[in-house]
Amino acid sequence: MLSALLAMAAVTIVLGAILGFAAIKFRVEGNPLVEKIDAILPQTQCGQCSFPGCKPYATAIAAGEADINRCPPGGEEGIHKLADLLGVDFKPFDSDTAAPKDKSIAFIDESTCIGCTLCIQACPVDAIAGAAKQMHTIVASECTGCELCVAPCPVDCISMILIEEEIATWKWKYPTFALPPTQ
Amino acid sequence: MMKLHHFHGGIHLPDHKSQSTQSVIAQAPLFSQLIIPFHQHAGETAKPIVQVGDHVLKGQLIGMPDGFISSAVHASTSGTITAIGLHPVAHHSGLPNLCATLIPDGQEQWCQREPVDYHSLSPEELQQLLRMAGIVGLGGATFPSDIKLRIGKQKVNTLILNAAECEPYITCDDMLMRERAVEIVQGAEMLRFIVDAEQVLIGIEDNKPEAIVAMRQAVAKSGASFEVVAIPSIYPGGSAKQLIRVLTGLEVPSGKLPTDVGVQSFNVATSYSVYRALAHGEPLLSRIVTVTGNVQQAKNYEALIGTPMNELVELSETLPDSNGYIMGGPMMGLPLPDIHVPVVKATNCVIIASKKIFPPPPPALPCIRCTRCVEVCPAELQPQDLYWFAKSRDFGKAQAFSLFDCIECGACSYVCPSHIPLVQYYRFAKSEIHSREKEKKAADIARERHEFRQHRIEREKLEKAEKLAARAKAAQALKSAKADNAELNK
Repeated sequence: MLSALLAMAAVTIVLGAILGFAAIKFRVEGNPLVEKIDAILPQTQCGQCSFPGCKPYATAIAAGEADINRCPPGGEEGIHKLADLLGVDFKPFDSDTAAPKDKSIAFIDESTCIGCTLCIQACPVDAIAGAAKQMHTIVASECTGCELCVAPCPVDCISMILIEEEIATWKWKYPTFALPPTQ
Repeated sequence: MMKLHHFHGGIHLPDHKSQSTQSVIAQAPLFSQLIIPFHQHAGETAKPIVQVGDHVLKGQLIGMPDGFISSAVHASTSGTITAIGLHPVAHHSGLPNLCATLIPDGQEQWCQREPVDYHSLSPEELQQLLRMAGIVGLGGATFPSDIKLRIGKQKVNTLILNAAECEPYITCDDMLMRERAVEIVQGAEMLRFIVDAEQVLIGIEDNKPEAIVAMRQAVAKSGASFEVVAIPSIYPGGSAKQLIRVLTGLEVPSGKLPTDVGVQSFNVATSYSVYRALAHGEPLLSRIVTVTGNVQQAKNYEALIGTPMNELVELSETLPDSNGYIMGGPMMGLPLPDIHVPVVKATNCVIIASKKIFPPPPPALPCIRCTRCVEVCPAELQPQDLYWFAKSRDFGKAQAFSLFDCIECGACSYVCPSHIPLVQYYRFAKSEIHSREKEKKAADIARERHEFRQHRIEREKLEKAEKLAARAKAAQALKSAKADNAELNK
């Protein structure tokens, strides 16, 4: 009887020690759920969700402080993915968020630009090159189309240009078929 | 007689080839205008190096290869460049692409041609020559040939010349072999020299007996130890992996290249253009195009790259009940949204369609999971499952079921009793997966840049605060020193 108790106690202590060691050794820094949510978000960093960037929004979702339907650039598909990840039901877009738009990128009319650097300070991904009193320009390949540079411009020289479909970016469409005309 | 192997599945198709092999290859006349696209190959678009108003010579470089996988583009004849801009091209999207408009002067004045003795050059130099000659795979995929010849440290034991031409209606390779077998064999020897292969196999489907005889004669005459092999006519026997399987018994593993199993293959027309490029210094300026289907006289034409397709098909006199055009074969070809497009390096065939030749398919019915598609799939996939995953946009599953091993041959759609356009679903899924991967990459870069920016702002704030603190401390020290001094002076 005693030996059995001792044996059980020994096993418990050893296993407990291993678990305790593992908890310290393999400790996960930060919330892994935040990373997973952040990976789904489109990284536009546009703030349309009312959070200052994708990571803060992801953190808020993980903490249960924000709904999953506040990211217009992610589209409905983004909501579906978040719903799948979090095991909640799909919700249509929140009424106070903007409607999803096709992707566009910013364009600076260089003849109007006065070189005030306000847009450079607004750009969340450093996609605007320029310096004080020097003409600015957008690095098109890095622009996420967040539109944050449009409002600060004092001379309204920034416009958003819709990305047109071209052969290099063209995608096969989902097959659809015309129904035969009904008699 | 060598032992042949089999690939899984495949279908027997009525070949419809005889109608366009009745007469020899005709030279298409020089039309009043050529439209030369800068993107005629897989990979990056060539960069235009001519300007509007420039007079160019036949064979002059007008598009410089731009990027690793890219190829050169040349003026097909001498004349004046009158425009460089967007023009309709043969593409599934129907979208225009960058093209040069060339008005021929009728002189056919060549630029300086420099034939080379390939024996005296290294494989790298020859690859560069072929790249600058705009040589791409002429079987239809137009993959730059110089890339296929860059085999690195790998050893190619067997070089295969692909002359299967398995799609119905197309006869351009057949006619090329009948009429220009000697040049093809010489081109094959050049390719063999570059990859240093021990064995050369020329695979021709047995529905082309004249071509087989011509090629055998040419090989015998050249004294090379190439083997011309007649293979059974089973669609898609001309697909690279399937042909390699039939001729060598080797299977190219999923996600690997033929060179990983010591094999490389080229189309016969590519071999011919390699010969023209090295032995005559002529870049790829023309190709053989089969014009067939609903026409008075189906025929093969040697047409300059850039020839207007609408004028080319009129040489064969389209019949009044025609209702469309297909570039390529009926199985994998692309229905042209617009016939006012130029002939490009990929244009092996133009089929003029009519209701009689291609009756409209009956409406698609639900999949009954009969698995007839599985029986015919040459890539040994499960087409019915891939269809299901693509339809439900379950792209992860589709990839797990090897969607990217699908060669889009259309054998599954051909046998489907429910007439489901399966390949359209696979193409949709493939392009969707590609675009998502691109978006994901862009998002990752944006995240990194955003995080770096925040890190930088934090750092700047910290540096500023430190500077201020240091300054305040210095001021404080100065003040107390002054106070001490005042105390002492008192």
